[in-house]
Amino acid sequence: MSTLAPKLAVKDPRIGEGGGTPPSFGGGGGGNSGGSGAFDYGERLRRARLGLVLGLTAVIMLFVGFTSALLVRKGLPSFDAQTNTYSRDWVTVYLPWTLLVINTAVLLISSVTMELARRAIIRKAALAPVKSIPGVSLGEETNFPWLGSTVVLGLGFLVGQFLVYHILQERHIFVNRGPSSSFAYLLFGTHAVHLAGGVIALMYAACTSWLLHKPVEAQRIAIDVTAWYWHFMALLWMYIMVLLVLVR
Amino acid sequence: MGLALLAVIWLITFVSTYFFIWHPWWLPAGVSAAAAAIDRQFNFTYIAMGIVFVAAQCALGLFVWQYRDRGSASKPVDYSHGNTTLEIAWTLLTAVLFVGLNLMGSQIWAAERFEPASASALPVEVTGMQFAWYFRYAGPDGKFGNTSPKLMDPSSGSEAAIGLDTGDPAAKDDVVTGTMFLPVNRQVDLTLRAVDVIHSLFIPNMRFKQDAVPGLAIHMHITPTQIGDYEIACAELCGLGHYKMHGMVKVVSQEDFDKWLAAREAEKQ
Amino acid sequence: MATSEVVHAHAAPQGFIRKYIFSLDHKVIGLQYFFLALTAVWVGMILSLLMRIHLIWPGANIPLIGHIQPETYLSLLTMHGTIMVFFVLTTAPQGGFGNYFLPIQIGAPDMAFPVLNMLSFWTTFVAFVVMLAAFFVTGGAPLHGWTGYPPLSAIQSSGPGEGLGADLWITSIAIFCAASLMGALNFITTTLDLRAKGMTLFRMPLTVWSWFITAILGLLAFGVLLSAGILLLMDRNLGTSFFLPTIVVNGQLMGHKGGSPLLWQHLFWFFGHPEVYIAILPGMGVASQVLSTFSRKPIFGYRAMVYAMLAIGFLGFMVWGHHMFMSGMSPYSAFAFSLLTMGIGVPSAIKTFNWLGTIHKGRVRFYTPMLFAVGFVSLFVSGGLSGPFLAQPTLDIPLHDTAFVVGHFHLIMGVAAIFGIFAATYYWFPKMFGRMMNENMGKIHFWFTFIGTYCIFMPMHYLGMAGQPRRYSQFTEVAYLHHLIPLNRFLTYAAIVTISAQLVFVINLFWSMFKGQKATDNPWEATTLEWTTATPPPHDNFGGHTPVVNHGPYEYGVPGAARDFVMQTDPAGSPAH
Repeated sequence: MSTLAPKLAVKDPRIGEGGGTPPSFGGGGGGNSGGSGAFDYGERLRRARLGLVLGLTAVIMLFVGFTSALLVRKGLPSFDAQTNTYSRDWVTVYLPWTLLVINTAVLLISSVTMELARRAIIRKAALAPVKSIPGVSLGEETNFPWLGSTVVLGLGFLVGQFLVYHILQERHIFVNRGPSSSFAYLLFGTHAVHLAGGVIALMYAACTSWLLHKPVEAQRIAIDVTAWYWHFMALLWMYIMVLLVLVR
Repeated sequence: MGLALLAVIWLITFVSTYFFIWHPWWLPAGVSAAAAAIDRQFNFTYIAMGIVFVAAQCALGLFVWQYRDRGSASKPVDYSHGNTTLEIAWTLLTAVLFVGLNLMGSQIWAAERFEPASASALPVEVTGMQFAWYFRYAGPDGKFGNTSPKLMDPSSGSEAAIGLDTGDPAAKDDVVTGTMFLPVNRQVDLTLRAVDVIHSLFIPNMRFKQDAVPGLAIHMHITPTQIGDYEIACAELCGLGHYKMHGMVKVVSQEDFDKWLAAREAEKQ
Repeated sequence: MATSEVVHAHAAPQGFIRKYIFSLDHKVIGLQYFFLALTAVWVGMILSLLMRIHLIWPGANIPLIGHIQPETYLSLLTMHGTIMVFFVLTTAPQGGFGNYFLPIQIGAPDMAFPVLNMLSFWTTFVAFVVMLAAFFVTGGAPLHGWTGYPPLSAIQSSGPGEGLGADLWITSIAIFCAASLMGALNFITTTLDLRAKGMTLFRMPLTVWSWFITAILGLLAFGVLLSAGILLLMDRNLGTSFFLPTIVVNGQLMGHKGGSPLLWQHLFWFFGHPEVYIAILPGMGVASQVLSTFSRKPIFGYRAMVYAMLAIGFLGFMVWGHHMFMSGMSPYSAFAFSLLTMGIGVPSAIKTFNWLGTIHKGRVRFYTPMLFAVGFVSLFVSGGLSGPFLAQPTLDIPLHDTAFVVGHFHLIMGVAAIFGIFAATYYWFPKMFGRMMNENMGKIHFWFTFIGTYCIFMPMHYLGMAGQPRRYSQFTEVAYLHHLIPLNRFLTYAAIVTISAQLVFVINLFWSMFKGQKATDNPWEATTLEWTTATPPPHDNFGGHTPVVNHGPYEYGVPGAARDFVMQTDPAGSPAH
């Protein structure tokens, strides 16, 4: 549960506290447990999270494909027609580790800001019914742009990855120099594409807040789902780093 | 309509079965040591599957006719959601049949593929390329000379086609041909290679098939058991000439084989 | 009673674009998928017709196309397979009927994510356009078969069409992967989360189970295909060597080394085998649904049917190596894969016994959907029983890459699965369009197609046993194939007749949409939820109220009931569960 407790604790029966309840799959209760004629945001949140989990499963399978290809390719001796022998051609690729560590730090910090943004919107959504009561004041509200910070850090990560690419080019470690460099480019590139998608999703989530004036509960769902996606991107990044270290 | 379904389903079943039994088109005569066992397994499978095929199709045809809606003349339906005993029974029977068939065939597979060729087998290297097969014999020294992709030039004849390094002493007695001569009743240790894309050496009469994959040198053994000429077809899509990438295996007596090989060696001098 | 706004149900859209082009209504999207598949199947059939004509008359001059070269034949073959597998068999049953009827059959007003649903259709459409574009670029469509094995598919100079055409082919498939993953996500979420009150998992119709399991297979399989496609694009265009060892093509030493062609095969077939179950499972669901409806009997062994589909889905991920027995893969792996493959035959057999058990002691009504469902069972038996031959590596030695395999997968995928689509069309047409299809034309269509497809594909088994290899553009060069040409000629004539007969279906379909006899809400006297609502269903499927389910999906012939069927929404207290 969040350590930044709201000044006025209000429990909204329609929305769970903090992290929300896990989806329930049993019975047929999914369709009708809603409230009296209004959108059931708790249910929509659960549904959106389920959709995200399924989408992430698909992304995981993509990287499972890449990982198995990497392990096979690394370990497989190939018949070299030039020498008529079987040999392995996996050569260590010298990645710019310092820069990669910096990028990792940027991404992890962005996960922190993302989480703070997610919790801020939960609080905001929980307090929304209270704010509409005339005469009630919630005191001072800090409105730090956590979401905006995440976008900036995300873009910073992508710039950092572009710098990694640039350094590799300078060192003549091209994509086709050998299997180890091919996989490095492949994993970094695919992750960056997915992260860029996440940045776009973040910007969309931010827009729903400012431009489209959607209800705060709808904003909450958008930011919540994007946040979990963002955390997954960080986890995926750690996985790629560990994998590349292990197969060096 | 029920009767029409029954008639057509039964007719299709019996016509198909008839052709399977009479077989005007069938596996060609088997002329290798492995053929008898493979054919026996094939027959066993197709009898077993044939019985299931006829039974299932006939039951289907029979039921749709027998249980057609005859209005008031029909009995009430059997309001049943299933029969667990029956489910378990036919599950087990099917499993036993399928797994049993498989285990029977596995022994043949093990004999063909788990064991390498014997030490006295005749080594022949097969190289597939778009769109021809080349066969190489090691010659009296028993060693295959080096080949190199840089030396490959199909337009200059068989040896250049596989990139034989004529500077290598072991290559001096290597014979490369476009037709595979084999002595009868002697095991052959084939090494399959491919130069450009995946091909597949398919000799129907010998019940032999194996993909030739670039980057791999795959060992297989066969033992021809009858003298004659047997055609080779390529059995893995390799480009526009796939349909004409064929070859020939000529199985001859051991003396004829030795004479032939000696003649090829002599030509090289 | 809760209203239909529990899901973000949108008010009925106005305007042509929002209603028919970028509709968020799963029913419209389902029809869009259906018509995309209908277009694709005609493209695919014409390609196969050209192939069969070329095989028999290689020198023929076809109007508008001219003389078909051997490499053109291979392009026709590649595109035929790709378009049929992806844009027909993965699209019509799941994207078409699944989209239309999954929400209704579980009592939901729409899919969980309507916008994503709309995007998944249009992404599929873009993939189709990119695929067709391959025909029109320099070099034409690729010639490497729908399986696209490298090095043939990875080297631009390995043959005509392997340039830009192959890149477009891979790109189209990659786009299709994304579209399928979006759809799978939607189907799974909807099935788990949007069921109406009383619709427990074990009261769902078997069609819903089939779409649900198919979506799970798709979710897990398409990501791996995408990974393979990306690696292949890199090998083709960036000089990497994932799949390419040292090779010399057309006298030129290529710059690649160290890669493995078998790696592609593993990745491709890890997707490819679940893909064929994706193609057949919805057809099995429809067969169960239709057989039960028109035998007026509950499906025999409902739970066994569910477990069998789950087993097929699960085991489907473990058998991919049976496509690779001859590939140079380890023979020990081959043994393991072959045992698992025989294992997967068991749940398929169970389903067949249960279909027979459903008809047994029923009261069969011979409407066109039922004819196609019966045909499905017959074809499933025929196509399935050639499986145990191929599942044994020993027997795969003579049969791999021959016409035997072509006959096997066409009977199962190319005919049985298509019969599932036909059965679904005839069955659900009244609900979708408010009119009945013409029964006489339906019967003509059935007889010609049933007999015709047997005539085309059963003899392929004999051809395969005689050693006729796959993907040969002519049989003139290999001497032992000459005596098989007459039988091939018979196949071509059968194909011409059968393909022509499909025009009856198309005419029936379009004519009936406008001029067919008006349909009642439940013309087949069926029990599942789609038959409780208006014909065609209103925008939110149930006209403002949400159904409450009290019964299982196949309560036909219930003793003591007023009619010979009890609908799922009939009041509780009627006999049985």
